Amino acid sequence: MRIADKGHIDRSRPVTFCFDGQSYQGFAGDTLASALLANGVNLIGRSFKYHRPRGVLTAGSEEPNALVTVGDDPNLRATTLEIYNGLDARSQNAWPSLKRDVMAVNDLISPFLGAGFYYKTFMWPKAFWETVYEPIIRRAAGLGALTGKANADDYEKAFAFCDVLVIGAGPAGLMAALTAAQAGADVILADENPTTGGRLLSEDEVIDGQPASDWAAEVTAKLTAMKNVRIMTRTTVTGAYDQGTYGALERVGQHMPPRADTPRECFWRIAAKHSILCAGALERPIAFPNNDRPGIMMASAVRSYLNRYGVAPGQSVAVFGNNDDAHRTARDLEAAGVNVTAVIDTRSNVDYDGNARSYSAGRIVATTGRHALESITIEHAGGTRTIRTDCLAMSGGWNPTVHLTCHMNGRPQWSENISSFVPTPDAVPGMVVAGACNGSFTTTACLTEGASVASALLGAEPAQVPDGDDTPYDITPFWAVEGKGRKWLDFQNDVHVKDIKLAAQENFRSVEHMKRYTTQGMATDQGKSSNVAALAILADATGRGIPETGTTTFRPPYVPVSIAAMGAGAQGHGFAPKRLTTSHAASVARNAPMIEAGLWYRPSYFPQPNEATWLDSCNREVAMVRNAVGVCDVTTLGKIDVQGPDAAAFLDFAYANTFSTLKVGKVRYGLMLREDGHVMDDGTTARLSETQFVMTTTTAAAGNVMKHLEFVRQALRPDLDVQVISVTEQWAQFAVAGPKSRDLLNTLLETPIDNETLPYMGCAEAVIGGIAGRIFRISFSGEHAYEVAVPARYGASLFNILNAQAEAMGGGPYGMEALNVLRIEKGFITHAEIHGRTTAFDIGMDRMIIRKKDCIGQTAAARPGLIDESREQLVGLMSVDPAEKLSGGGHIFEDGAEAISANDQGYVTSVCWSPSLNGHIGLGFLTGGRARHGEVVKMVDHVRGVTTRCTVCDPVMFDSEGGRLRG
Amino acid sequence: MRITCPHCGERDRREFTYQGDALALNRPAPDAGEGAWDDYLHNRENPAGDTRDLWYHDPCGAWIAVDRNTVTHAITGSTLVTKLTS
Amino acid sequence: MVNLIAQTPCGDMLPREAGGLTLTEVVIARMWSVAPLKGQQKAVATALGIVLPKPNRTTSGAEMHALWGGPGVFYVRAPALPDLTGKAAVTDQSDAWAVVSVSGPVVVDVLARLVPVDLRQSTFKTGHTARTLVGHMTASVTRTGPDTIEIMVMRSMAGTLVHELTRAATLFAGR
Repeated sequence: MRIADKGHIDRSRPVTFCFDGQSYQGFAGDTLASALLANGVNLIGRSFKYHRPRGVLTAGSEEPNALVTVGDDPNLRATTLEIYNGLDARSQNAWPSLKRDVMAVNDLISPFLGAGFYYKTFMWPKAFWETVYEPIIRRAAGLGALTGKANADDYEKAFAFCDVLVIGAGPAGLMAALTAAQAGADVILADENPTTGGRLLSEDEVIDGQPASDWAAEVTAKLTAMKNVRIMTRTTVTGAYDQGTYGALERVGQHMPPRADTPRECFWRIAAKHSILCAGALERPIAFPNNDRPGIMMASAVRSYLNRYGVAPGQSVAVFGNNDDAHRTARDLEAAGVNVTAVIDTRSNVDYDGNARSYSAGRIVATTGRHALESITIEHAGGTRTIRTDCLAMSGGWNPTVHLTCHMNGRPQWSENISSFVPTPDAVPGMVVAGACNGSFTTTACLTEGASVASALLGAEPAQVPDGDDTPYDITPFWAVEGKGRKWLDFQNDVHVKDIKLAAQENFRSVEHMKRYTTQGMATDQGKSSNVAALAILADATGRGIPETGTTTFRPPYVPVSIAAMGAGAQGHGFAPKRLTTSHAASVARNAPMIEAGLWYRPSYFPQPNEATWLDSCNREVAMVRNAVGVCDVTTLGKIDVQGPDAAAFLDFAYANTFSTLKVGKVRYGLMLREDGHVMDDGTTARLSETQFVMTTTTAAAGNVMKHLEFVRQALRPDLDVQVISVTEQWAQFAVAGPKSRDLLNTLLETPIDNETLPYMGCAEAVIGGIAGRIFRISFSGEHAYEVAVPARYGASLFNILNAQAEAMGGGPYGMEALNVLRIEKGFITHAEIHGRTTAFDIGMDRMIIRKKDCIGQTAAARPGLIDESREQLVGLMSVDPAEKLSGGGHIFEDGAEAISANDQGYVTSVCWSPSLNGHIGLGFLTGGRARHGEVVKMVDHVRGVTTRCTVCDPVMFDSEGGRLRG
Repeated sequence: MRITCPHCGERDRREFTYQGDALALNRPAPDAGEGAWDDYLHNRENPAGDTRDLWYHDPCGAWIAVDRNTVTHAITGSTLVTKLTS
Repeated sequence: MVNLIAQTPCGDMLPREAGGLTLTEVVIARMWSVAPLKGQQKAVATALGIVLPKPNRTTSGAEMHALWGGPGVFYVRAPALPDLTGKAAVTDQSDAWAVVSVSGPVVVDVLARLVPVDLRQSTFKTGHTARTLVGHMTASVTRTGPDTIEIMVMRSMAGTLVHELTRAATLFAGR
């Protein structure tokens, strides 16, 4: 029911929206909750476990009951969801309808469903845990459901920086921001409401002679005009993290119709030198029988609906409280002409000073009304009385919003003064606290403290503090009414007083154990309105004081944050950068399927029209390289320039083998070890001059090798005068491999090459197609081959020219599949073999390790365990029956031995069909393998169900003398 | 978490890669013996309190020794490894 | 004899407008990494005829522009480089980077979606540079004017850079 002339809604802008298919009207400035209450809709959802009808409890983000689904987003709080034209909200956890919910039967059998019910009931048979019990329980209980579809909405993440982050824009926050801003600090003022003002928007009070909300607007305007202030509304600071980092969730597009390219939410990471927490306080309910009926809400929420939204949440309202603040609700309602039926105060001899009848030492012992409150029964000094009322405003006192002060392991302290927890000073480095969240509840105290705290923090003048309301707050703790019926604490997880007592009785006495046993505080609201009362009841049940009982741990986020917001920017293309070579477009144009190699994309194979499978293409490409010439983009291999007077000494130390003896114009294979003696990476390194080398790394390890070399340079060998820098991206590099490779290159080179000018493992600068480049005579295929490098801007052009020339010679481009076959045939290793557990000894390279001087990995590699003859050593494998396949990951057993782990003798790392050898071949590691060439073993792949007998052989299975390389 | 790169200034943790205890700076001589190498390669304290570990600032390439407290998460120092070893 | 044809890293992806920003490719003619050898910093500066920039800064000479690229490394753009043999480790980096100039009044707001450092004019002034991240890419970010910031990432990531900038600008404009 709307009240004329009240509230900050814009009555000139009506808004039409839907709830559960029914159309309603509200106004701009309404939340879904205020608009539904204005339309007389009290029943908004069903509870988690017992499917009890629930309405609106609060007017803020702490709301446990009024959760709705909009679009694909479940569990949105109606109390913060702003309405817009076309909003279509649905209730949750009810079927077939909110009013007739089948699962409400749970409520009838509730005596059997108390805390610990699942643990005690669904124990046997064990096989039913996952298959029967869990699916049933999950269907019966719950809040909103996910769609199971990918989230199609847009989300953002963003970074912000400031000197002072002020959290909350109520009276304390506004004064803190103003003081800090006037001192010249770079200020961010964040508040989760659409407008600043905080509690001032919900109260009927005066600051400096004007309505408090007008004063808030005036200060906000002043702040907005200052260049050093950023005001972030609809932004909830969700967490306090190390070194002054704060997480904040901004609701960007939730208050308007969905629109393409408008983010729904933005997750901010704010780095602040200081923060001032002005997060206010949350009012707590009182537990009494059936205190969860729609129409029973927080007293402060009733004032919010009345003063901020111009809505009376009922025709007649009763007020129940244990503190002075509750009376304020009755006064505001009466001033607005709303019928107040009773003011019930749990304290003795405290009388309400308005028109309504006052009941001191009163208790509410019963309520009625299925879908909406109909009556309450009061026990008081003068007897028992039942009165009809459709709304009850309750107040058990206020809890300072201490949450963020606890995010870095801080624990709040109990204050007898306000019967609640207040923050422990300095619990978060850099954070100070002011106002109601510090336990200072009057408006004047908030205004004063906001200014003084900011002033002390910055050593600046406080902003001038205006006159505000200074009514004192008096409270006598009161947690729960004794008597029959369920007295609800955690509305969202359906936990009531008896559950807590049961936990204590069953010896779950620690507050953390009680929480987990009862699920108190474990729902999406994290028990904001119920935790303090629950632990007060636990304290009572266990005969301890509240401070001794303590609180559970407050963890981020303060309000639910969608995973999509936290992961914003990391979906789809944003998940990882794509690294594309200069030949990418040409490869795609040739229909090559592109496969990921780290962040790079490389062609798998180049299909021809007559080829049915990838293997047809691969076999052709292998034959092409063996018989004519093939072209392959090898740009992705890491290229690191090593320069300086000590470059050779540096490489001697970083590599296991020697580079100082390498002559200028020559290339050498290099083996890099980790300090623990295992192989880190391998590749070739060319000496371009006395003081300059260019090292290649594998594609996968390029980044790690660069990091490692920097470590060696900066941390281990600062004595050496050497610089390392990546030149991977400068050069487009192509392998040209096959018997006709030199003929092909000579069509492009300004100065032709021959076996004398560029022998095997030689390198030279060359002019290629008119451009200065480099040419290396190295081979990863076992053929007479080269790698040519040109500045990357010419890469695409060179690739096309090389292919055209190759095709004219019966060759063409080849992809990763063929490259892999070519190297397996030759026994060349990749990271399939050097997977982190292999040593130089295992791959037969231990004799390469420098002995004369120190190098990385040398000492550890010499440990007896790493050079034991019984270690698994690199071998080649060929299937005995050429029709039988080898299997990557398959294990090796003695022929005839049972394929069990006790008999395991090694494993297969790489396999392929070899067109050159006309058989299935592979590489693998076999116990004492180098001495077992010729032996027949059994390979078993238990996963794929493959068993193949194969012959152990030298890893170099093709052209073992290497004659083709030198061609 | 924010870490100071002595070159670049205070940066978000996402710019850094963690490596492990700064003990890795004290590489033993080849003939230091098995015990010294075992300690260098494998044995690490797991302190509840002050520790010094190595971080790599990926964008600029600096290796940094960071002093921090594993209990309070406070960071009390950030030093280029080149200053510690040369 | 064949002729090789040059292509820029961003090619026909740029220029483009997105969400009030203009993305333009900065075509680098010649650029080198210059890393002075031990004790040679002054000699290198003298040979180049330029003040070598302090960390997070850039310096300019007549036809030379130097960008701090990490500890002891400078990226120097110039038509040619004097002989620095024995003074510095020099590598050709002319083709190694995709360089995009991002321009518009909202440039700082848009980059706040991608770059985890404070790029506001008050702290990040014209001529300031930062080695940092753009999304998941390591990058060099430099303010070249009141509303213009230049971003260098590895050449192979040109497409991702353009995509990320376009997406961030579009979503910012969609607010």
